[in-house]
Amino acid sequence: MFTPKYRASALLMAVALGPIAGLAQGPGLGEPLSSEDFEAWDITIMPNGSGLPSGSGTAVQGELIYAEKCAACHGPNGEGGLNARLVGGEPLTNGIDTGKTIANFWPYATTIFDFTRRAMPWLQPRTLTDNEVYALTAYLLAINNIIDEGDVMNAETLPQVRMPNRDGFIPRFPDRIP
Amino acid sequence: MDKKHSEAMWDDLQPISENGLLDRRAFFKGGAAFAAAMTGYTLTDSTAAQQLVDAPWSTVPGNLVNTYGTPSRFEEHVARSLSNPDGVPRTQHGRTPHHLLRGTFTPNGLHFVISHSGNPDVDPEQHRLVIHGLVDRPLSFSLDALMRYPMVSRMTFLECGGNSAPLFSPEPIDTTVQGIHGLCSCAEWTGVMLSTLLEETGIDPSAKWFIAEGADSLALHRSVPIAKALDDAMIALYQNGERLMPGNGYPMRLLLPGWEGNMNVKWLRRIQLTDQPALGYYEARTYAPILPDGKAYQFYFLQEVKSFITHPSPGLNLSGPGLYEVSGVAYSANGRISKVMVSADGGETWAQAALQEPVQPKAFTRFRVPWRWDGGPAILQSRAWDEAGYQQPTRAEITARRGQASSVPNPLRFPSQHFNGPTSWGIDTNGEVKHVYA
Repeated sequence: MFTPKYRASALLMAVALGPIAGLAQGPGLGEPLSSEDFEAWDITIMPNGSGLPSGSGTAVQGELIYAEKCAACHGPNGEGGLNARLVGGEPLTNGIDTGKTIANFWPYATTIFDFTRRAMPWLQPRTLTDNEVYALTAYLLAINNIIDEGDVMNAETLPQVRMPNRDGFIPRFPDRIP
Repeated sequence: MDKKHSEAMWDDLQPISENGLLDRRAFFKGGAAFAAAMTGYTLTDSTAAQQLVDAPWSTVPGNLVNTYGTPSRFEEHVARSLSNPDGVPRTQHGRTPHHLLRGTFTPNGLHFVISHSGNPDVDPEQHRLVIHGLVDRPLSFSLDALMRYPMVSRMTFLECGGNSAPLFSPEPIDTTVQGIHGLCSCAEWTGVMLSTLLEETGIDPSAKWFIAEGADSLALHRSVPIAKALDDAMIALYQNGERLMPGNGYPMRLLLPGWEGNMNVKWLRRIQLTDQPALGYYEARTYAPILPDGKAYQFYFLQEVKSFITHPSPGLNLSGPGLYEVSGVAYSANGRISKVMVSADGGETWAQAALQEPVQPKAFTRFRVPWRWDGGPAILQSRAWDEAGYQQPTRAEITARRGQASSVPNPLRFPSQHFNGPTSWGIDTNGEVKHVYA
């Protein structure tokens, strides 16, 4: 448990972000590492596109990959099956339990790239090439009429895609958002 | 104890609300006689004396002591309920049986678990925690290294953002306290404060968030404001004194006391300091509840003040009129529980419950109040207050603000999240307890 002194220091720090004085002193056993050391783990994509790798893909390319690697769980053409539907979606005003989809809910297209590369296919995660992930992302955006079938998705174009529900969110605790 | 004496004493105690709830201080006023009358959950009249003899287990030496203890064979029903026991490739839930537990912490084998892609079989010797991004020195920590760091222990509850979701149903779902509130548990966690490790890496002044990621097949990740890292975030290594259970993140997890369960990333392998949130799948999509006007809440970090009655509850029926102890748990992300009120008439009148000491911040607080059931219909309900001044909202207040499901949902589904209104248990004249709305 915190001592009062410890807690006061931590709170002060939270405001100042200065040197962390007064916190528990560790033995300094962290091993230095360079960015190459953890490149395989450094997979997070930000809404502004930072983290996106080189490579590209289109919906036409993605359709073939989808049929081979995704349709078994998500149904033909993204219609849904054992797992989530990836095309279409009801208006969110239909009810608080409306199914959340790429078309009606996801605020950023970068999240599609991130989650597909991070977690898909379910049984073989992180086996898709970056070009395949771009192509699948393009396919999912195109079948939802968010981009055109011929649009190339890459590190420059993907963050510029404006998702339909981009402005649909309210921070629950605004005073806790940095 | 003399039963007649006990009942005579009870007659002297006046109900302090309608329908039989008694003063919480009755325990102290009544002393030992009262305490003895309250030892069993159900008190029956079948107390006629009988000749006592040695039972078979009293006449032979007992079983071997084993290397890792397990409960009595008579306790096998005390178990988590599973949403996906066959491991179909989707999320698995194991819910805590609150109605079969009576303390303030949850045994490790019964702590709730949600695993979105199963529990990875992490080798602790090979596991690494990497801290990088907007730091002065990116560093990697082995488990052996972390074991040499100063540690702290604290009780804290963990609750899934979707816990209590069946209460969004427009009609009461016929299920138990385990079915409604089983995705919430409380444990003593021991580990290294994240701030201790950040002191070693240094923090770039532009860092505003950190992104925590697991070593599971999903590499599940969540974004957390840096202020939480500097307040009470912990790299938890021990759960109730022993190493974490695999389902709770072995060998290490992020612990964010009071904050949405999914953010407490299990099998933690990476912390990246950033100037913005990642808006990953679970924060951009899953844990963003839709509001009645079609907007959605984002960054619903806190598990706000809540309480529910565990005894009695569905499955624990009353065996006849008489004395019972109404008991449950209360907790809040905003600190200590300051007060719990209990009603036996569906919220018309209230009695203040006794709180089990010590009352710890962001932890389960057990509340208790004596109740004399007269055999008539009753509706038990609890409401909690926390030290920050928040009170558990009424059902009407929540549904006005957050809406209800458009139809009665499957109890394993999540029509929305973050329901912290009251739970009502209806009791009929047979003593049967059912989930109702009041």
